[in-house]
Amino acid sequence: MSIELLKGNVAFAEAAVRAGCEAYFGYPITPQTEALEHMARRMPELGRVFVQAESEVAAINMVYGAAAAGVRTMTSSSSPGVSLMMEGLSYMAGSEVPAVLVDVMRGGPGLGNIAPAQGDYLQIVKGGGHGDYKMIVLAPANVQEMIDLTVLAFDLADRYRIVTVLLADGSLGQMMEGATLPPLRPLTERPAWALTGARERDTNLVSSIHLDPEELARFNDHLQAKYAEIEANEVRFEEHRLDDARVGVVAFGTAARVAKTAIAAVRDEGVAAGLLRPISLWPYPEAALRALAERVDALLVVEMNAGQMVEDVRRVVEGRVPVRFFGRTGGIMPMPEEIADAIREVADAAGAGAPEAQPQEVNA
Amino acid sequence: MTTDLVIAGFGGQGVLFAGQLLAHAALEADLHTTWYPSYGPEMRGGTANCTVVISDQPIGSPVVARPEAAIVLNLPSLDRYEPLVRPGGLLIVNASLIDRDVRRTDLDVIAIPADDVAAELGSPRLTNMVLLGALLARRPVFTLDHVAKTLEAVLPERHRHLLPANRAALERGAELADAVEVAAATG
Repeated sequence: MSIELLKGNVAFAEAAVRAGCEAYFGYPITPQTEALEHMARRMPELGRVFVQAESEVAAINMVYGAAAAGVRTMTSSSSPGVSLMMEGLSYMAGSEVPAVLVDVMRGGPGLGNIAPAQGDYLQIVKGGGHGDYKMIVLAPANVQEMIDLTVLAFDLADRYRIVTVLLADGSLGQMMEGATLPPLRPLTERPAWALTGARERDTNLVSSIHLDPEELARFNDHLQAKYAEIEANEVRFEEHRLDDARVGVVAFGTAARVAKTAIAAVRDEGVAAGLLRPISLWPYPEAALRALAERVDALLVVEMNAGQMVEDVRRVVEGRVPVRFFGRTGGIMPMPEEIADAIREVADAAGAGAPEAQPQEVNA
Repeated sequence: MTTDLVIAGFGGQGVLFAGQLLAHAALEADLHTTWYPSYGPEMRGGTANCTVVISDQPIGSPVVARPEAAIVLNLPSLDRYEPLVRPGGLLIVNASLIDRDVRRTDLDVIAIPADDVAAELGSPRLTNMVLLGALLARRPVFTLDHVAKTLEAVLPERHRHLLPANRAALERGAELADAVEVAAATG
């Protein structure tokens, strides 16, 4: 396997192909359309299913149907298109079908613009659709992770019968970087619960309706138990230069990679900063964050939104240390210099700044 | 060691491809690289730019507020990037389309009539390669040989016959840059 220069959107689409995605349904929207284009070419080539649906609403319901039939299936879109899928995602959670959704986030709200943003955090991580449900949410920060986490997303979706979301942004979708694709995997077997035609076996039912309240309550208990299992087993994060850090930066995706450049710059000045990068946004790396809060003087949350993940950070930190926020909206990527300034401010306020120059002795 | 640069011009001038070629060349040389394009709703025309970062270390930010070098192929791009290039940095100007002088005095400026040079070499589509040759003369991250070999590897079969012309354009750009004295401010 060799390293190739790959665009993020093409990389995750091809990774899905290699992971055994048998059916892709989507509707074009910038900045993720290259993925749909790639699938339009690749899926028929392999005798698999590609449908450009009439809308995102149709696409997610086609995914629901394919998932109920037990094949690996996915869709991808960007923020406004993902909003249209919320009903379908709730139904899929209520039916416990596995599927993968890639959200290449852009500036919002509304039509907003097509530039990179992280404004869908709360929508994707906290719900978006109705009812008590969760989706596993994975946040890549480079093109290699666009590949690796897409493959993982299919595996987790199948293992837990859950929708798994790759939460990327326009920068990760549009940029090119060196990355390695995995080999083409054989297609997965249809699971026993799937709707494969009931000849010579009992009928299966895939549905999200439970009219009897007690029965629906039991089903919710079952979902909550499954979610607790996922919280216990599927937390993923990266710690970067945290060993001696006095200021902990918490950021995911593109904001995290830009923060790394800022951390290198302030470290050259003697400010001991490091990064905790949640890779799974749900389940959230709560234990790692709590442990970090015990040993730093302050935390700085950096996001490409007006402050969304910071709510989770404050919830977990429970006032142990000051939690500051730096964000850019409008589809504007924060520059390393801006983040470096924010780190310096937080460090100064917490008394964790660069050591003052030693006063020079003056000869009288 | 980290090199970062912006290449900017009209859509269709080969701006994005020139950046991709550098990124490919970086990968071929076992370096880390990111290529980040401007992207808009337009299918053709409009302005285009890309940022390329090349480093022997993993790359954090794929965007830079103040690039170390810029190649500008049209006037709007000069207006936009002249103020942003880092002091002492490199500014390569397509003089065929830009008839104003660079105002900053703290940059290494190379103005080449790249469209005219490309036409002399037989194809107006070689403009980007002429300017890339100039860049490599000043920032020898890779040899022209390495870039020409990379081009051979990434060019689709149907365009392989253009390799000699592209090679000539890279060399001509480098020659023209070598003929420009490095500005005192940067020396």
